[in-house]
Amino acid sequence: MTITEMPFKPYAPGTQPGNDTPAYRSTGLRHPTQSLLRIPQSVTELSGPQFSPAQYPPTANIAVNDGVEAMGERIIVQGRVLDEDGRPVAGSMVEIWQANAAGRYNLPRDAHDAPLDPGFKGIGRVFTDAQGGYRFITIKPGAYPWGNHENAWRPNHIHFSLFGPGYATRLITQMYFPGDPLLALDPIFLATPDAAARARLVASFDLAVTQPNWALGYRFDIVLRGRNATPMEDGDDHH
Amino acid sequence: MTTTSQTTASQTTASQTIGPFWHLLEDKSWADLTRFGAVGEVISVSGRVLDGGGAPMSDACVEIWQASPTRSDVFPGFGRSATDAQGRYAFKTIMPGAVPMVGAGNSWQAPHFAVTIFARGLLFHLMTRCYVAEGAALAEDPVLGMVAPERRATLVARCRAPGDWVLDFHMQGALETVFFEI
Ligand SMILES: [Fe+2]
Repeated sequence: MTITEMPFKPYAPGTQPGNDTPAYRSTGLRHPTQSLLRIPQSVTELSGPQFSPAQYPPTANIAVNDGVEAMGERIIVQGRVLDEDGRPVAGSMVEIWQANAAGRYNLPRDAHDAPLDPGFKGIGRVFTDAQGGYRFITIKPGAYPWGNHENAWRPNHIHFSLFGPGYATRLITQMYFPGDPLLALDPIFLATPDAAARARLVASFDLAVTQPNWALGYRFDIVLRGRNATPMEDGDDHH
Repeated sequence: MTTTSQTTASQTTASQTIGPFWHLLEDKSWADLTRFGAVGEVISVSGRVLDGGGAPMSDACVEIWQASPTRSDVFPGFGRSATDAQGRYAFKTIMPGAVPMVGAGNSWQAPHFAVTIFARGLLFHLMTRCYVAEGAALAEDPVLGMVAPERRATLVARCRAPGDWVLDFHMQGALETVFFEI
């Protein structure tokens, strides 16, 4: 077996949120009630889509739109995409989307009573470099209310979408900001059982990323599933 | 295998919901896997995504991946469709062929798509399959063979007309789709 045929490792216990999370009300009618069926990783699961900048053009600076600067606090978000063994995931597409500084998404379906910003669309895409590095320039998104419970507010967050090397490595997550008092009240953030795994969703402020007189810098590293060191044998179960 | 000493092992980043406002990502052309000029037997695959009350999930993101035909510059093998107000998704693509299943008796898998469903209310995406096959190919498929017989139909699209395949995904209920852990 070549490395691309090796199965991806199972997730470490507690590091992923379960879909049956009553505190997050929308899960009620949407989470499966039957247990998931574990299937072997075949060519379908081991392979996956690949994206190229030629067909999927990057936009790294989303703090400006058609020459109009976005309102709000300009920030730099950078980090590395690695696998569980610390190997860089190179050439991989990273997409982000987020609310504007007032906490509103540039979408008709977002009815939050906060202003839209002609300088901000809220969507970015880059490809990781050989070291797995990525970098966006954006603005700090505002918190916004939601209907989950009385006086519910989502913490400031940026949505991330990544693919990695296989169908099995697909990841959609959210990056949060350090010191946000809403994190302790957010059922989406709290749905991940392991406290260290939750803490890794919070970016760190980084003075080395910060550019003087221009933008604060945050670091957010992302880890995708790695591969087992040894090939899965015929009939071998994986846990 | 030796470990790479200059790097640090860590654990996979936690998944979080795609939420109700993911449509900033949406590019409707992504639902057409033939858009870069792929040639072959063009088919449509469509259906609805329904919650436990039978209501349409109108804010879901459905993605498909097919290992056959092999990905190329003209065929991405990957598609994304937003569901509409009726919970409907729809793809245009090239008919997949059978693909091997190394290990399980080295058998062949019937033509299928891997399907991923993201939505508000799903903290971790749901993974399933959509088979576009009939008869003996299905009966011999090693993955379908792992599914309880009475639930296999939840993974098999209905051929409504030549080249027109339909499969609904049910989050809960008597018709609950079989979802996978991979
Ligand atoms: Fe959000």
